[in-house]
Amino acid sequence: MMKKNWKAWLYLLPAIAFLGVFMVYPLVDVFVYSFEEGYNSASQTFWGTGLYNYSYVLHDPYFLQAVKNTFILVIITVPVSTGLALLISVGLNSIKPLRELYQTVFFLPYVTNTLAVGLVFMILFKKTAYSDGMINLLINFFGGQSVDFIEGPYWAKMLVMCIYTVWVVMPFKILILTSALASVPQSYYNAAKIDGTSKWRTFTRITLPMISPMIFYLVITGFIGAFKAYSDEVAIFGTNLNAAGMNTIVGYVYDMLYGDSGGYPSYASAAALILFAIVLTITVINLMISRKNVQY
Amino acid sequence: MKVVLQHLTKKFPSRSKKGEEVVAVSDFTFEIPDGKLIGLLGPSGCGKSTTLNLICGLEAPTSGHIFFGEDNVTRLPPENRGVGLVFQNYALYPHLTVRQNILFPLQNLKGSEKLSKQVMLEKAEEAARLVQIEKLMDRKPSELSGGQQQRVAIARALVKMPRVLLLDEPLSNLDARLRLQTREEIRRIQRETGITTIFVTHDQEEAMSISDLIVVMKEGVVHQIGKPQEVYDEPCNLFVAKFLGTPPINVFSGEVRGGVLYIGEDGVLNVKGVSDRKVYVGVRPEGFVLEAAGPLSCALQAVEVMGRDRSVVSTHPAAVSEAIRAIIPSEEEIGIGSDSVRFALKPAKVHLFDAASEERIPFEV
Repeated sequence: MMKKNWKAWLYLLPAIAFLGVFMVYPLVDVFVYSFEEGYNSASQTFWGTGLYNYSYVLHDPYFLQAVKNTFILVIITVPVSTGLALLISVGLNSIKPLRELYQTVFFLPYVTNTLAVGLVFMILFKKTAYSDGMINLLINFFGGQSVDFIEGPYWAKMLVMCIYTVWVVMPFKILILTSALASVPQSYYNAAKIDGTSKWRTFTRITLPMISPMIFYLVITGFIGAFKAYSDEVAIFGTNLNAAGMNTIVGYVYDMLYGDSGGYPSYASAAALILFAIVLTITVINLMISRKNVQY
Repeated sequence: MKVVLQHLTKKFPSRSKKGEEVVAVSDFTFEIPDGKLIGLLGPSGCGKSTTLNLICGLEAPTSGHIFFGEDNVTRLPPENRGVGLVFQNYALYPHLTVRQNILFPLQNLKGSEKLSKQVMLEKAEEAARLVQIEKLMDRKPSELSGGQQQRVAIARALVKMPRVLLLDEPLSNLDARLRLQTREEIRRIQRETGITTIFVTHDQEEAMSISDLIVVMKEGVVHQIGKPQEVYDEPCNLFVAKFLGTPPINVFSGEVRGGVLYIGEDGVLNVKGVSDRKVYVGVRPEGFVLEAAGPLSCALQAVEVMGRDRSVVSTHPAAVSEAIRAIIPSEEEIGIGSDSVRFALKPAKVHLFDAASEERIPFEV
């Protein structure tokens, strides 16, 4: 056995080398930077070590705003998008004519470029010299006041952001859930039918438990994805997210590195590690809940 | 509860536009007496599962009627028919424990039928006791063996005390030893509950061993209905004769001339009352008697020892089946030559079928 081990390592070497250089080393580096105060990447110098970077980041109002934005996004978009996707998948699963067409339509956002989608949302929501945007026209039609969704009040901007995020992440969830639903054996439904199970009970007691592993998978990846939100924000509100008050944690990290106020890899690293800690905590909680609920 | 099927027909539309519709069940009329165990038997694709689905209501018949007792249930949805169905793959809910699985049908009851928790638990226990799984109530289906899962499925189908119990290929997922045991179990449960039970199988041995009545089907058409022994002893046509019995019946092409049955040039049996014609001759494996001066001479291929009896494999030029298999009790002395063997035939084990219609021709010895 031992003799043959070196061969295995040889086969693994390319992957290990790549992962080491491009994953492990940077990760360790980020960890180190986050404790080096005043690190300068050009001169490779720093003046001390300690927790100052974390303290700075945690007291930075921009960071706190970013954390708040990110959490609101996560808490709203993950349940809403998963719920809607489930609803649509169940609908898709129960219709026969035109099912493929609808599946394609619902999947379109997945293959559409983020910036192109951003443009569409601009047309829907942005005020220009010529029009208040499609949605405002609708609001006006029903006798409401125009709202500036892009540069107006915080709730309006957050609403647009949430709608956008839900819309972008839903196709993948629909794809996963429709295939999960299709893989529930028909005999379970036949058995339920013969026992006189109501539609609702069939759904909650049979369908949902049967596809629950997939739902948990979507919730966990959904949380992780939503915590990493950034490009979608840029697509709608432009690159100066701090000015718009719509920055996210990843946006903050980016700004600290390359933004107009950037050049602070230490702060960026600290913020990134805080994000990592948040995501890790949430994922562990998710996994613990799913272990309890999915067991067969 | 007796079950009456009247001219039951089910046609499925063709998959392609041009093709003809498929007749899965054709004009099935039969009255199943109360409290009997009925085996629906036939090769795959013969419409037996469709018949089961029609009875339980998962499929609607194209024409014809189904009565449970005096109730016409033809248009009733499955849940209002009062049937219990055991699926071929059991369809136990994997996320529920055995107890929850058995409770499931009871929890569906609504309105005046609604039961208290205590009563439901008692009924579940009772059903579990009947199939002897009361020690497994807190396990998940994945923690059970195939035979245990089968019992849970039966308990779930029985817990509401259905008017009719239906079993779809109940033994096909079990290994040979368990199959023997489980079929006895099904028989016992059916006797104890007295519920009219219909089960579907393609295994003739299974159907023969436990059914009160068997229904032999082929391509949607019912060929014969009767007690297992009757159907075996008096098959109505060549298909039924071939389908029942292991090893299968040996078929020769023969001819009746002047009241004597000829296989090849050997006059093997006197058959009174049969006009001269070409026939198929079916001889059950146990219908051969070794005799040094027997009328039927066959070329010997092999003698297989099976313990209780011996199986003599031979060939004959007039045989339709490739090899002729005769079962001879082991204690019988056999004087077998090295290359040929001679048989006499037991008349009761010989069946004549018309060469054209393949219908059975009765004869007197």
